[in-house]
Amino acid sequence: MSMNLEREKATLPLSESADAKSPILPKILLGITIVLILTAIYLTFMYADIEKTMGVVQKIFYFHVGSAATAFTAFFVTFIFSILYLVKRKRIFDTYASVSAEIGLIFTTLVLTTGPIWAKSAWNTWWVWEPRLTTTLILWFIYMAYMMIRQMDGVWDKKARLCAVFGIIGFTDVPIVFFAIRWWQTKFHPIVFGNGVSQKGGGIADNMLVALIVSIFALLSLYTYLLNRGVEFENMKIKVDQYKEKLREDLEN
Amino acid sequence: MIKTAFLLAKKDLYSELKTKQVLTTMIIFAGLVILVFSFAFDPANNTTKAVIPGVIWVIVVFSGILGLNRSFLSEQRNDTMQGLLIAPMDASSIYLGKFLANFTMMLVVELVSIPFLFLLFDFKIIGSIPYFILIMFIGSFGFISIGTFLAALAANSKSSEMLLPLLLFPVTSPILIGVVQATRIILTNMEKFSSALAWIQLVSAYDVIFFVLCFLLIEYVLEV
Repeated sequence: MSMNLEREKATLPLSESADAKSPILPKILLGITIVLILTAIYLTFMYADIEKTMGVVQKIFYFHVGSAATAFTAFFVTFIFSILYLVKRKRIFDTYASVSAEIGLIFTTLVLTTGPIWAKSAWNTWWVWEPRLTTTLILWFIYMAYMMIRQMDGVWDKKARLCAVFGIIGFTDVPIVFFAIRWWQTKFHPIVFGNGVSQKGGGIADNMLVALIVSIFALLSLYTYLLNRGVEFENMKIKVDQYKEKLREDLEN
Repeated sequence: MIKTAFLLAKKDLYSELKTKQVLTTMIIFAGLVILVFSFAFDPANNTTKAVIPGVIWVIVVFSGILGLNRSFLSEQRNDTMQGLLIAPMDASSIYLGKFLANFTMMLVVELVSIPFLFLLFDFKIIGSIPYFILIMFIGSFGFISIGTFLAALAANSKSSEMLLPLLLFPVTSPILIGVVQATRIILTNMEKFSSALAWIQLVSAYDVIFFVLCFLLIEYVLEV
């Protein structure tokens, strides 16, 4: 164990180049995110029609679907960076994978909270054991487990390795889960989603589609901004740890 | 690779035969699950027959978890895991050996506990027994193959007994859905046999995908 701790301290100077370019990118991302989110809010509440059967409650749909799309993107990014980590073994890939999974988990939680709120007024029930809902729930549990591996004690590269492996396993599982549950519950599928999402997807109201697309992009850019900040934050943490280690060494010698 | 895997499985089963620790615990636990289910669902009631396929898999999952937890933790006491890793063989043969040992134990537990379940709940099989055995086989295969892999992963943690179920249950949910549905159809309602066959195909596909995936990834889990 003590030998492994030794590896955490590395020399510091490498990070100078990162400092030079970092201030500008997050600012641009923040700007884009703010503009897009404000536009999305305007489009959602002012521009898009009020849905006929569900009324104003349907407005939650734009953020619900946007969060779902963002969560899936985040988990896909985790999957890609997990593979990259196992191949290249660079710490930055692991940082990206972990931050992305964390943000994805938050967005999945958002989906799982906005969903029942909408469902209660649209279907008159909080929860239906329907393929998409159940898959999202299982997805949430899988990435919660991923976070549990993250919280494990031990050296970072062991944790990174195990997390990467589980990130790959977990993401591969998702399509199969969805497929299995769709088979299991085929009878509910058309009834539940006939009145909701699929109609707009079919293009009944163009302005709704515009609002949806803009809110998806708004949340995606929010995700990118959070990812960027999160990675920066993790890097700072690593750096602080390195300084601490160096200090400890200096005190010992 | 196969030879070393068999050797490893033999070692595990032999030490299990000597101590009979895990197997006894698994079987007694399975019996206790049956007992608890008899409280939860009245065995005299006819509707109870509908939950039997689910109960079979609850027994498999819960007693399986006990065995899986032990399979890698038992290697930690004298740091024998390190020995296995240093020994001249692939990580995949360690996985295969552990898998074979776990799978054998799981089958023994099923062989003992499921007839007991049928007996105690007075369940009359009206479907086909060979297909039932096939489903038990592929279901346990998938569950134990991914379970052995995740047990190897969780063994790195200090609280691996708590971690393993959290990792295993969501990942195996397709198997559990598939086998429960297939078991229900085969045991009670043979008219819908074609959909049972479709479930068997789904579970087999899952088995193949995850067995290969575990085989490829185990090297990264069992690194020195």
